[in-house]
Amino acid sequence: MRRLLLYIIVLTTGIIFLGRLFYLQVIDESFAQLSENNAVKVVYDYPQRGYIFDRNGQLLVSNQPSYDVMAIPMNVKAFDTAEFCRILNITPEKLVEKLDKAKIYSPRLPSIIIPQLTKSEYAYFQEKMRNFDGFYIQKRSLRDYQTHNAANVLGYIAEANKKLIAENPYYISGDLVGQQGIEGYYEELLRGVKGVQYIQKDRFNRTIGKFKDGIFDTLPQKGRDLSVTIDANLQAYGEKLMENKRGGIVALEPATGEILSLVTAPSYDPALLVGRQRSPNFTKLYYDSIAMPLYNRSLQAEYPPGSPFKTINALIALQEGVVTKGEKFTCNNGYFYGRGRRMGCHPHSSPLDMIPGIAQSCNAYFANVYRRAIEKYPTPQEGIDTWAEHLRSFGLGDYLGSDLSTGRPGKVPNADYYNSIYNYPNRKWYASATLSNAIGQGEVLTTPIQLANMTAAIANKGWFYTPHILREIEGREIDKEYTEKKYTTIDSKHFEPVIEGMHQVYKSGTAATLRIPGIEIAGKTGTAENFTKIGGKRVQLTDHSIFIAFAPVEDPKIAIAVFVENGYWGGRYAGRIAGLMIEKYLKGSISRTDMEEWILTHSLEEEYAKPQSGEPFIINQ
Amino acid sequence: MPKSTVNFDWTTIFIYLLLVVFGWVNIYSASLGDSTSSIFDFGEIYGKQGIWILLSIVLVIITLAIDSRFYQRFSSVIYIFALLSLVGLFVFGKTIAGQTAWYVFGGVSIQPAEFVKAATALAMAKFLSGIQTNLNLFKHQLQAFLIIGLPIVLVLMQPDPGSAMVYFAFFFPLYREGLHYAYLLLGFLAIVLFVGTLLVGPLWMIPAVLVLSLTLFIANRKKRPSLIKYFFTAIVAIGFSLSVNYVFENVFKQHHRDRFNIVLGQEVDARGIGFNTNQSEIAIGSGGWIGKGWTEGTQTKGKFVPEQHTDYIFSTVGEEWGFFGSFVVIALFVLLLIRILHLAERQKSTFNRVYGYSLAGIIFMHFFVNIGMVIGIFPTVGIPLPFFSYGGSGLWGFTLLLFIFIKLDAERMSFW
Repeated sequence: MRRLLLYIIVLTTGIIFLGRLFYLQVIDESFAQLSENNAVKVVYDYPQRGYIFDRNGQLLVSNQPSYDVMAIPMNVKAFDTAEFCRILNITPEKLVEKLDKAKIYSPRLPSIIIPQLTKSEYAYFQEKMRNFDGFYIQKRSLRDYQTHNAANVLGYIAEANKKLIAENPYYISGDLVGQQGIEGYYEELLRGVKGVQYIQKDRFNRTIGKFKDGIFDTLPQKGRDLSVTIDANLQAYGEKLMENKRGGIVALEPATGEILSLVTAPSYDPALLVGRQRSPNFTKLYYDSIAMPLYNRSLQAEYPPGSPFKTINALIALQEGVVTKGEKFTCNNGYFYGRGRRMGCHPHSSPLDMIPGIAQSCNAYFANVYRRAIEKYPTPQEGIDTWAEHLRSFGLGDYLGSDLSTGRPGKVPNADYYNSIYNYPNRKWYASATLSNAIGQGEVLTTPIQLANMTAAIANKGWFYTPHILREIEGREIDKEYTEKKYTTIDSKHFEPVIEGMHQVYKSGTAATLRIPGIEIAGKTGTAENFTKIGGKRVQLTDHSIFIAFAPVEDPKIAIAVFVENGYWGGRYAGRIAGLMIEKYLKGSISRTDMEEWILTHSLEEEYAKPQSGEPFIINQ
Repeated sequence: MPKSTVNFDWTTIFIYLLLVVFGWVNIYSASLGDSTSSIFDFGEIYGKQGIWILLSIVLVIITLAIDSRFYQRFSSVIYIFALLSLVGLFVFGKTIAGQTAWYVFGGVSIQPAEFVKAATALAMAKFLSGIQTNLNLFKHQLQAFLIIGLPIVLVLMQPDPGSAMVYFAFFFPLYREGLHYAYLLLGFLAIVLFVGTLLVGPLWMIPAVLVLSLTLFIANRKKRPSLIKYFFTAIVAIGFSLSVNYVFENVFKQHHRDRFNIVLGQEVDARGIGFNTNQSEIAIGSGGWIGKGWTEGTQTKGKFVPEQHTDYIFSTVGEEWGFFGSFVVIALFVLLLIRILHLAERQKSTFNRVYGYSLAGIIFMHFFVNIGMVIGIFPTVGIPLPFFSYGGSGLWGFTLLLFIFIKLDAERMSFW
């Protein structure tokens, strides 16, 4: 038996297979019939892609029909190519090339010959189509933008590439797929599910009905409509203010973590990436390596945070118990440490305690406070790690996890990082070596959205919701990730003096000239040094202008971070823009028209041209 | 060496050649584009396969040139290297269509799992040929299962359940060398219970198991069977049956469930998977007695059958060569398997016999699962048809597996 078993199994299998094959091939005639009819044509029924609305129900993105000219090469008969080319406005060479390509792909399967006709082209072609055997029209739905803004938030749709088609069997050649932004992240919800019909054809390629009475057919499922958290008016206003500048604005609703506006500049009109002009337009945007309009600065640009970072250092010091809000520190036009080294400061009254320390943005105050927080621990390593943990609880130093398709982690240095750059343990390092962190000018990097989220956490006195762009899906809950409070490691009682300090920034401090009548704002200016490389040499550029704020102080409705590249000091560009955005959102109209006019009439293009000019230039004018 | 060359089993080599050549002929048809080009066009699938086939001649020569004692002596080392090659995939491997199963060198992708089968066969042969090895000892049974289990786990992690399934082939040599038949019976019963439960549900399977146990118990009552054993077995069977539902609904993925349901006729698939099997059946069924002729298959040319040049290559045979062609291919495989079993039985060394049985088992599993799938009597499991399907790693893996045995057989006398 042990010898025979496998023999028996092999022979039995052979007999069963031959029996089954005999049945399939010789006895059952229906298969031969089915195949002789040559078979089955697959027709896809594309559902409407879901609409996108803003937080107030304003329609941002809808659909428009578009028509692709398709051909099945084996059915194409000789036709009047001159007329065809004239109607559809293409060159004969292009037509021949397209048809050859289609033939190589498959003579029996449809290929797109001309994508995305306009309505009028379609109407004209429709009339003449009977002259062109083997061609037909496939209707698709394209995006129709009701807004000229928020291109980087919305994303776009484009034909599925070869890689995606190979990876995901849902998509076939010619399908449109969401890319970037909301279109990309919520692709599966927006697109719905396409329906399939299997149609039986006879030998002459005539339709003779549904294959197997339609048991394999499916109906299309409509895409879901989405509401996003963006306020379209505020977004449009933000983009207008950022014209001729580079940088980002992120405004959040602190109570929910909803993104009210997400501006990156320069940007582009989303309508550029629709239809037949999509490809050349995209190429133009893609290769603009200087302004980089496809680069989402509010999500991806990692800048040193500058002085707004002082607020968080104050909070850490209070939480660690190394300072009280009333304790004063002297500023001698700067802070002296080590052997004759000095961190400069600007003129203001001295000594200062915490509230005026923030209001006047005193570097010496924060150098003292930061040092104490680090030196509280026996080794600088432990000190830095504790400090870094506090920062991380504010969502800094790692991907925020928002539902936007791109992002950057920023950077929060820890002990390992300093050990490696200072070659520990061969050489030792101390808190003073990391002192630039005290004023947000050291190794720390943040993206504008991280900074806005940090501001929201301060406004909320110690917690935040992960910033998100999706407000509502038709018939579904939004992800739990965005409805769970995240707590910072700072107790809520420590936020009072810091918020008061930020309030004083507007009353008596660095933003006193930017007050908005009738709105109590808490804010913080920032000015960050930055460098670039020109011909391999490190060159300093004009400082970045930074501002964070939230308002109203008592009941925060909006938290905002503004970053203007090379805008010089914080109050100059970023502070003005933040104030205008807050007033626009809370009041709907602008009373500081002087500020608005200043922003709209000032351009930084000249500043951006400097490093490209190849000539020596002066910064910070 | 001169003595052994005359002893090569030319029958096996001849069948191998027929399968490889006929396989290429069908791959050519299934992958034929519309532009005519040289048969060694590297850009075309049939051109690539042609190169692989030519290169496998080199592989054959090397395999036959190595002293057969090498395979025996270094089997453990080869096995360990093979396992490492699977582990390495998770670091250096490339993920294609969801499976981390490939190393890519330049434009060439290699699937190490195809070579691991041969290494496992060598390791198993080495283990079972040990003088101490006694398959009645639980400890040795465990060791044997470990040899099979390691590659299974690594292959499952890719994940490639089809290739993992092939390792059940090693139960054949184990059974041949004295493993208790209960293991085979248990495996068989598990399959019957599994399929049965899915077909009619546990509500019917439980009484069926109880009635069957009772009948067996009464039929055997003269042998004074132990009631407890019967009772225990029935309870385990019922427990298994109940767990099948759970596993099916919660562990299997939707596409696995669909594949089972289609074959079991439980539901008509609406997502297009059933459509594929259906198209494959139409292709084969439309072949008739003698087929539509080479490169004349309308189903094949219309690209109706998915993956036709790889896993579904047999549907091209059925359509273009008809029942006649299918018969020849089935017959060739049956003959090859019987020839290998015959050769295995005439070996004097346990090592050679176990290796031969492993070889037969592996080829059989591929043959059974692949053709069963293509003709619609087995769920869709993506494994290739040996020597036939497109794919360099597969072809080389099987060539290596087979020719090591031919070499072992050729030198079977020189050991003693």
